Amino acid sequence: MTASQTAALPQDAGASLRAPAKTKSPLRRRDGLAALAFLAPYLVFFVLFLAYPFFWGIWISLHDWELVGTLRKFIGFANYLDMFEDPLFLVSIRNTLLFTLMTVPAMVAVSLALALALNRETRFHAVLRVIFFTSSVFSVTVATLIWIMVLSPDRGLIAHLFQGMGLQPIAFLGSPDWAMPALTITTVWWSVGFPMILFLAGLQQIPQELYDAARIDNASAWRRLTRITLPSLKRTIVLVVVLQIIGQLQIFGQPLIMTGGGPADRTRSMVQTIYETGFTEWQLGYASAMSLFLFGVMFLASMLQLYIARQED
Amino acid sequence: MAAKQLRSERTAEWLTRAVLVGLAALWMIPLVWIVTMSFKPNDVLMMSTAGLLPIPFTLKNFNDIFFVSMTPRWLFNSTVVALGTTALTLVVASLAGYAFARLDFPFKRTLFIVVLAGLMVPEQALVIPLHSVITSWDMHNTHFALMAPRVALPVGVFLMTQFFKAVPKELEEAAALDNASRFTIFRRIMLPLSIPALVTLGIYTFLHSWNDFFWPLVSATNTNMYTITVGLASLQGNFAQTEGLGFIMATAVFASLPIVVVYLIFQKYLVRGVALSTGK
Repeated sequence: MTASQTAALPQDAGASLRAPAKTKSPLRRRDGLAALAFLAPYLVFFVLFLAYPFFWGIWISLHDWELVGTLRKFIGFANYLDMFEDPLFLVSIRNTLLFTLMTVPAMVAVSLALALALNRETRFHAVLRVIFFTSSVFSVTVATLIWIMVLSPDRGLIAHLFQGMGLQPIAFLGSPDWAMPALTITTVWWSVGFPMILFLAGLQQIPQELYDAARIDNASAWRRLTRITLPSLKRTIVLVVVLQIIGQLQIFGQPLIMTGGGPADRTRSMVQTIYETGFTEWQLGYASAMSLFLFGVMFLASMLQLYIARQED
Repeated sequence: MAAKQLRSERTAEWLTRAVLVGLAALWMIPLVWIVTMSFKPNDVLMMSTAGLLPIPFTLKNFNDIFFVSMTPRWLFNSTVVALGTTALTLVVASLAGYAFARLDFPFKRTLFIVVLAGLMVPEQALVIPLHSVITSWDMHNTHFALMAPRVALPVGVFLMTQFFKAVPKELEEAAALDNASRFTIFRRIMLPLSIPALVTLGIYTFLHSWNDFFWPLVSATNTNMYTITVGLASLQGNFAQTEGLGFIMATAVFASLPIVVVYLIFQKYLVRGVALSTGK
């Protein structure tokens, strides 16, 4: 699943908590202690496995820190400076951006089109919604296994098709030109379900009266789409685009399993470089700095969503 | 004029349906093909992988999984980790959600914002330091190490907080007048009401935990502790030796069967969870 969704910070999360009206109720007494008891189990997990590791990561990113061995030398921001002169990291930034640039528009277009076509209350449409969502429940390992097979030059589905038409099969995953588009196709097939559901939820919220009025005016389907549906979906579109950018910047499993980052590092992603720096070269400090850089980029993307949402209100 | 427009819209409708059916076929054919291969003998697959029907048919691949492979162990690990993560998440998230929604205590708003800020931290920014922390506690290659980082994620707390906030206060206050303790109110009144929310959160957690890839890949280094998701990836390393093709496909079918079943049963809840999880 595009599991790693970092949900963008819900917009009114803080506001909705602002001091509830101070009504005297029999429940208000001794809440402090009770609250501690209710919160403690979660907070133990939160502190030990999220907050502490996060700050620990910042700390080790300022060190020359090896996974094994005893080298722990404070080097300030040197790791952060080094990464921008590291050809391997730079090429993985380039690939990740290219992948994001290819995948996000494709994903948004396909999921929006599917949502528009499937937003109907018939059995036919319900079954199709299930079909298009089903691939999203597979793990990245299963999804990539399927597509390695489909794209395989000697045993693949597409190769069978090509042979049937008398064409020469293509080694998609081994080709510098085809490898990246192949990853994009795999990713769209795998995870189009989530954005599709978000668009369907958005479509459900458009008041029917708008369409009734348009029908009286004899507005064409195209006009209804461009004048009513798409403008009403603006918020959802922004949300989906940002969630997709955040999600696709973290691409890891597909190239790691399908191409190993090849051919010739053409599909090596940022997370793969982080992973290998940390766990095959054992440079934890350097890998931490790289992952915090990625975090910064993603943080900017979600700020963008908040900013656009503010502009609209 | 209106009749003409109606007719053209009807044509468009049928055209859309035809395109949708074609696209759905495109989506499903790879799946059908993989399942087909899992029922074919390996030596037949060596010659050709063509065809969408399992002829000749065999159950040998599935038999092999149970008697000569690590797959049962990996399935066991995945089941323990996914169920454990789900149970822990439901318990800690509903307790914390209740406190944030209903209790009054110092620094509540600050604490809630700190917890929500955790939503912004992506897994990728955590894996490296988390690995270092778990190493120092000597906890790698345990089921608990595979569960804990996901239990710490704030999504569940956020969902439960939103849910409990929507429950009318009168229900609780009646019970409070009878001198029921906070915990009794929580257990007797709030929990039964929150079953739909708990199911949604549970399904969502189960699926994500079953499909986790990055964290188990670095934490469980002992083959005995692999989850099925990581185990299947390790099998693909030996992809070149083709005699096992049907066997690998059968493993993939097994790896997906539990989540597909869970998905089909709880489809509605999951769909709602997707919308909820993004704060919409």
